[in-house]
Amino acid sequence: MLVLALDTATPASTAALVEVTADGLFGVVEQRTVDPRAHGEKLAPEIAAALAEAGVRPRDLGAIVAGLGPGPFTGLRVGLATAASMGQALGIATYGVCSLDALGRAAGPGRVLVATDARRREVYYATYQDGERVSGPDVDKPAAVSVESVERACGEGALKYGDVFGVPVEEHLLHPPGAALVAIAAQRIREAAPSEILTPLYLRRPDAVEPSARKPVLT
Amino acid sequence: MRDEPLVLGIETSCDETGIGIVRGHTLLADAIASSVDEHARFGGVVPEVASRAHLEALVPTMQRALDTAGVTLADIDAIAVTSGPGLAGALLVGVAAAKGYALAAEKPIYGVNHLAAHVAVDTLEHGPLPAPAVAMLVSGGHSSLLLVDDLTAGVTPLGATIDDAAGEAFDKVARLLGLGFPGGPVIDRTARDGDHASIAFPRGLTAPKDQAEHRFDFSFSGLKTAVARWVEARERAGEPVPVADVSASFQEAVCDVLTAKAIDACRSNGVDTLVIGGGVAANSRLRVLAEQRAAKYGITVRVPRPQLCTDNGAMVAALGSHLVAAGVAPSRLDLPADSSMSLTAVSVPG
Ligand SMILES: [Zn+2]
Repeated sequence: MLVLALDTATPASTAALVEVTADGLFGVVEQRTVDPRAHGEKLAPEIAAALAEAGVRPRDLGAIVAGLGPGPFTGLRVGLATAASMGQALGIATYGVCSLDALGRAAGPGRVLVATDARRREVYYATYQDGERVSGPDVDKPAAVSVESVERACGEGALKYGDVFGVPVEEHLLHPPGAALVAIAAQRIREAAPSEILTPLYLRRPDAVEPSARKPVLT
Repeated sequence: MRDEPLVLGIETSCDETGIGIVRGHTLLADAIASSVDEHARFGGVVPEVASRAHLEALVPTMQRALDTAGVTLADIDAIAVTSGPGLAGALLVGVAAAKGYALAAEKPIYGVNHLAAHVAVDTLEHGPLPAPAVAMLVSGGHSSLLLVDDLTAGVTPLGATIDDAAGEAFDKVARLLGLGFPGGPVIDRTARDGDHASIAFPRGLTAPKDQAEHRFDFSFSGLKTAVARWVEARERAGEPVPVADVSASFQEAVCDVLTAKAIDACRSNGVDTLVIGGGVAANSRLRVLAEQRAAKYGITVRVPRPQLCTDNGAMVAALGSHLVAAGVAPSRLDLPADSSMSLTAVSVPG
């Protein structure tokens, strides 16, 4: 089955096509643009380009997997709105995956910290043992993140705050790979699990303050 | 394509998730999900709260619209979406979803201007718009006077608010009077028991000196402050605040300025049709005053029904339908959400 993977949880807009068979996964094509302010403009043309490159049409898709974040809200929602609308239009299932998990899985064996940029001098982070999440996801200042027994780190947040974490950074693994997103959802895809509502992992509340008492205007 | 295009409209510029479907100029569905209740305790729309609500509401609202119209996405001829102006994060949810629908269903997409859509919706109810016409759009997000010649080619802005939008002034005064949010409907109701001539509140940008630069512009910030001062002086003197009179007098000041400038815009441009849209168009006093003043000069006032005045998907679909009919080229898949989109183009050029 041909599966579309989308992720906009980091400055990257990623659209990938992955063939899922009974016993394997084959990456077909991956389109990626890195621009923290352009998810809304880049993602859809990337999907069109990926489909064209693979020589398939939207109706050939069997499922969609989307990175649920955590990530900066505005960009994150682009990927999820696109995935949800495409799933609805095509009548195919959509599955959500924690975007950090895709990096953790791609990082492979050992104890790995995944950190992405949460802006405001904070990171979204989680730790993995042999590709499986053992803590997080969470958001905090880099100095507050425990790196105890962590061997390596990946994600653009790990690169940005490398001096704070003080562990080797895998610079080739900065953004969630499409194939890893699909790998995490592979069992659900093969079992034809029910479609999921794609709810972002926000981890932060909206900035909003209730108005205080009226300020006097007479002086 | 049939002789009349089936067009879907998606609107997410503020706090309403709207999906509308039209065939030609016939409205088939107008589904709305509003996050207004979530904003009430903040006294105004919180952009992040609105954006989250749009993402949750989109798919179910789309389903309701399709079910109501009895069509599927495969039947649709074109998809129109509000590209701007509006709240950046909120717009982006609608634009991203519209692209997903367009991509998946392999349909053309039109990124359209929200203000032009407010004008276009009137044609669903009252038929083709005589050219030229003047449109006054008044809501919590905008207060504009526009000269409309050909809706599909471009719209000329005549004036706009230089500070608060008209609806925003209603919200702020309602809060000041402890009437709740949103302010428009509650002030309209409260004002019915008041005397609109009891307090002389200021009329912004109507002095002779404002004619040169701000003839068709609005300002409601001074009015809001004047109401606050008046109420506070009463409170300090230990006297009760006549809420109905204050509401009526404030509402009169807003509606007086709006209608006077709208009629002036019509007369100075030789226009005999005035279209009023936006949430504030539902205000009962505005409608009465506009009718009275327009009648004097033989000007026809067109106001869509209240559900079509507030933000909705039908208006976007209506404008999309005009664009398709006029043979305007669709936008591309990289069309942006543009929070300050200008009116020089009614849709994002392809
Ligand atoms: Zn509006």
